[in-house]
Amino acid sequence: MTKTVRIDHAKAAGAFLQKTDHVAFHDKRLWDLRSKRDAQAHGIPEWEALRELASGIKEHTLSNLADYIAQFADQAEKNGVVVHYAADAAEHNALVHQLMSERGMTTLVKSKSMLTDECYMRDYLEPRGITVMETDLGERIQQLDHQDPSHMVVPAVHKLRADVAELFGRTIGTDPANSDIHYLAESQRMDTRPYFVREKTAGMTGCNFAVAETGTVVVCTNEGNADLSANVPPLHIASIGIEKLIPTIADLGVFVRMLSRSALGSPITQYTSHFRAPRPGTEMHFILVDNGRSERLALDDFWYSLKCIRCGACMNTCPVYRRSGGLSYGGTYSGPIGAIINPTHDLKRYSSLPFASTLNGSCTNVCPTKVNIHEQIYKWREVIAERHEVPFVKQEVLKMAGRLLASPTLYRATVASLGGALKRLPNFVLYNPLNIWGRQRELPEAPTETFHEWYKKNRKSAK
Amino acid sequence: MKVALFVPCFIDAFYPQVGVATLELLERLGVDVDYPRDQTCCGQPMANSGAHKEAAGAERVFARNFADYDYVVGPSASCTHHVREHFTAIEQTSAVQKVRRSTFELVEFLHDVLKVREFPWAEFPHRVGLHNSCSAVRHLRETSNSEVAGAPFSKPRALLEGVKGIEFVTPARPDECCGFGGTFSVTEEAVSVRMGQDKVRDHVGAGAEYIVSGDMSCLMHQQGCAERLKVEAKFIHIAQVLNGARA
Repeated sequence: MTKTVRIDHAKAAGAFLQKTDHVAFHDKRLWDLRSKRDAQAHGIPEWEALRELASGIKEHTLSNLADYIAQFADQAEKNGVVVHYAADAAEHNALVHQLMSERGMTTLVKSKSMLTDECYMRDYLEPRGITVMETDLGERIQQLDHQDPSHMVVPAVHKLRADVAELFGRTIGTDPANSDIHYLAESQRMDTRPYFVREKTAGMTGCNFAVAETGTVVVCTNEGNADLSANVPPLHIASIGIEKLIPTIADLGVFVRMLSRSALGSPITQYTSHFRAPRPGTEMHFILVDNGRSERLALDDFWYSLKCIRCGACMNTCPVYRRSGGLSYGGTYSGPIGAIINPTHDLKRYSSLPFASTLNGSCTNVCPTKVNIHEQIYKWREVIAERHEVPFVKQEVLKMAGRLLASPTLYRATVASLGGALKRLPNFVLYNPLNIWGRQRELPEAPTETFHEWYKKNRKSAK
Repeated sequence: MKVALFVPCFIDAFYPQVGVATLELLERLGVDVDYPRDQTCCGQPMANSGAHKEAAGAERVFARNFADYDYVVGPSASCTHHVREHFTAIEQTSAVQKVRRSTFELVEFLHDVLKVREFPWAEFPHRVGLHNSCSAVRHLRETSNSEVAGAPFSKPRALLEGVKGIEFVTPARPDECCGFGGTFSVTEEAVSVRMGQDKVRDHVGAGAEYIVSGDMSCLMHQQGCAERLKVEAKFIHIAQVLNGARA
């Protein structure tokens, strides 16, 4: 076994912060999405009731998940869809490869899917001779740059348009000096379009909602590329995380009202496509993927994260995410939701993520399905400390602080030894042996006496 | 009404004037206040870092010191939030539960329990940016928050409106976190500082001379950032303003 690499979020965020133009743009762009979300959400009087409803529907579905999966699969099969199950990423990727190779297909045109990123599907298919074409603009940018998406909804938001111009110049032959947005978007579109009509090509979409009642996969997009991916090639594969299930079409109305409002501050996505049955003469396959989900469902404190509908509102509002960039989280999912999902996949690798938070709680307050994100972050810290995944120095200092603060006598003696000790207290409380506090901040001046001493002098009525 | 003064550890050591202002203010309002001498800390620094076991000793000391009071009042929302929501490293006896229920942040205590709105002795003729900590806003619900629609309210603002001469400025992102976050301020130093710088600039850009807050830890962080940036801004705790500090 290779040694697990620990993601050092603080270090990666520090590197992003060096790029001041990027940070300023990133923060402003995402805050703008948050502000538009507020305007949309506050414009609907029943918004909080919708959140409650959405949360309830998700909790109900997750509590009866096996039944709803069975109903969905049954209905889909009646509609002429072939349904597959994948226990993990490896099974999912192998299934996709098998479906394609059995039919002699060599190209996969696909729309955006966090799940296929989570499964690192491209890394599996490409060495096996399959050309994978991401047709979502942001996802394509990230594919060309060999990077994970940095955001669930706007995958390349950490890049400036000049970065995209340079990248496209290098990869798809555009003018690297031309960073006009329409020019870049048009160029990407012209570059990807021929792939839809290639021979031996399969199409793939993700899934925003899987409706058990009808066996339908619903995909919400803004670029129209999902519809091309699904409707042009003779084979449509939809990859579906099992947490995407909802019971009925009526339930869908709740989520469709909230998804794009939460994500981008627009009332609805340009396209809300329902895929129910293959077109005559073509095939439709659904792959239901677990990949750690049922394990998470069994965790008392953490199963609520399965309610997530991948809107990214928690990322847009997160003051830490906005200043550290999504790539600093080192995994498919970033921001607050990444901090609570990623550790379920690999606790050691992602042990720094729950500490990349001030526990301010803004994420929880914007979440359309009321995932208690900041409470889960708090809880993860406890799990990580219990499993000794906290850096040794920090662990030791916390132990020391715990002992000191457990004893009034010891505590008073430490605080009272004025001069040196008092000046060092914040370092002690904040546990760092080096003066990390003071790199870019001044320390408060040590007062001449503590409150305790003042009280002794000024109030006779000692307890 | 038996009231105990809870002075958080960093206020005891670094900002004794905030403890003094809290005590004097409560006394002015006719409250008979005790200061249990053996108090140390609520346990939050350890617990927030995941080290619950290490928080148990401090929590035990806290529960013992404040067992005999109707109200425990402290000038810090984050400490109060810890006691109320996360004080679980020790056995939850009925005495412990009572202490947890009885613990109030100063602003809440003034606003909700004493229901005081007038501070005739106080005058603060300055332009003020009010910084409410995330604990005060989203955890203790002392104010409305921008994420949720509804009639806006602010308990700290309601109190400060009883101070003569005070003028409020409105920053662009009034309830965005300033980036202190306890140990976050050193484990995530770069992000923390950037957030603090942005916060200070937002307030000063809106015309604030003073940044006033109920949480001294946020102010310690913001002041540290402002001084290093050489940004003209002054910082003061809400207890000091309500107690009549003029500057």
